Amino acid sequence: MTDSRASAAADMSALRPGPPTLPASSIVSTTGLINQFLEWFGDLGIFFWQVVRAAVTPPFEFRELFRQLDEIGSKSLPLVALAGAATGVVLSMEARFSLTRFGAKSLLPAAIVFSIIHETGPIITGLVVSGRAGAGIGAELASMKVTEQIDAIEASAVNPYRLLAATRILACILVLPLLTLAADFAGLIMGWVAQALVEPLSFHQFINSGFKGADFNDFLPPTFKTMVFGLIIGLIACFQGMRTQGGAAGVGRAATSSVVLSSLFVILADVVLVKIILIFFP
Amino acid sequence: MDTIDQTAMKQGEAEKDGSAPVVAVVDLHKSFGSQNVLNGISLAVGRGETLAVLGRSGTGKSVLLRLIIGLEKPDSGSVRIHGQDIADLALDQMGEIRKKMGFLFQHAALYDSLTVEQNVAFPLLHHKKEMSKSERGDRVEELLAEVGMESALAKMPSDISGGMQKRVGLARALALEPDILLLDEPTAGLDPISSGEIDDLILKLQQEHHTASIVVTHDLHSAKTVADRLALLNEGDIVIQGSFEELQESDIEFVREFLKHS
Repeated sequence: MTDSRASAAADMSALRPGPPTLPASSIVSTTGLINQFLEWFGDLGIFFWQVVRAAVTPPFEFRELFRQLDEIGSKSLPLVALAGAATGVVLSMEARFSLTRFGAKSLLPAAIVFSIIHETGPIITGLVVSGRAGAGIGAELASMKVTEQIDAIEASAVNPYRLLAATRILACILVLPLLTLAADFAGLIMGWVAQALVEPLSFHQFINSGFKGADFNDFLPPTFKTMVFGLIIGLIACFQGMRTQGGAAGVGRAATSSVVLSSLFVILADVVLVKIILIFFP
Repeated sequence: MDTIDQTAMKQGEAEKDGSAPVVAVVDLHKSFGSQNVLNGISLAVGRGETLAVLGRSGTGKSVLLRLIIGLEKPDSGSVRIHGQDIADLALDQMGEIRKKMGFLFQHAALYDSLTVEQNVAFPLLHHKKEMSKSERGDRVEELLAEVGMESALAKMPSDISGGMQKRVGLARALALEPDILLLDEPTAGLDPISSGEIDDLILKLQQEHHTASIVVTHDLHSAKTVADRLALLNEGDIVIQGSFEELQESDIEFVREFLKHS
């Protein structure tokens, strides 16, 4: 088999229709489940390879990339900022209660700041984008697939991996750290507001006290780890969307599985990434 | 009247004397799971020629078109476009071949987030980058005028009828001035007047563009109007190929049955 034949076969197998999620039916044996999961994972790997190959070869689809940056980035911003703000308020209230009990109330600004920039901001951003953009991408591409619009793109001699998948995945990778900054900022502001309402404290004092002892290693790795979240969200949503079959029901399944699987893998990836960050940025 | 072997033989001879068919399908097999859809189909279409592929629903007519444009891979056999076997081509290489082909999908498959104008401009935007915005706009208007849809420039696909969508799909298929036109059920689901208009349009485009066309249809009247030759498909095989008169004279029971009910 030649390389090009292998790649053509890979084109097909990556989009081979199959169960979009891990089936939970009790009649399917454990071995069958494992096989299906491995098959899904293998197809995902082939799909990823097709996207990477399309993304690094011209022509580059900058127009579509900018459209996706706007669609995924700026349109997710209010939601991410709101989620970050709410988290800041909750953290402030919960941490005050706990720290006061242990006589460590003075550590409250640091507890809020470190919680938000280390973990809460990135993971909240990942999950919110997974819910909003993951479902959006999955449903949009699935709808295009079942109405033959993706075939029409291919028939027009345009590579759908490049136009549809690479642009969306790259947009997710680029916007996640920026959205995380927005979530962090909103969380810190509202964390301070929640604290200042209970006990007067200037924002300057809050930030000085919160960031005392912090350096870039506390801030940059957790922020940039969200690029991996972006990759996971974009990749899974595009994959689930572009392999859909079965009309409106298939579109619904693709949207749901995009959110469920991308959220799940974001959380699992976070476990690994936190460990890696702790090793390389102690 | 040509048998499958005669068609394949003619195709081989044509390749030798340099007049190879624009589209040549040789011994094409395709199955989905345990269901055999195509069982060794061979056919050839030359420049300026129109072949209508007829058959009952579900006999693999649309699959044949999808195999010719490379949206499906055959199990065995070959599809040659301008003499080049497309089986070994990667996606981007196949893209170069597809620039010479126009495809009208059964349900038009217009991009629902783009206007009619943007739909027709889509291939130009990606493959005619040297065109200025105004040149592209003029070309889109020209294409839409050709199919009688110039007044629908700013409309969304959801705002126009099925027949209109097919016209727009046809304009999009013609955008890159293809050598080969593949039309999947161009008149399906349309009223007789709209069907007639689409047929007239296909004829007009053939006369003006001299494309090699394959029209998949189950509408015998439409096939008779637009095609030079007809091929009748049944259970994955071509039962007969030839002119309408040759089909009428055939003694094959399925052919007689098909003509009787059409």
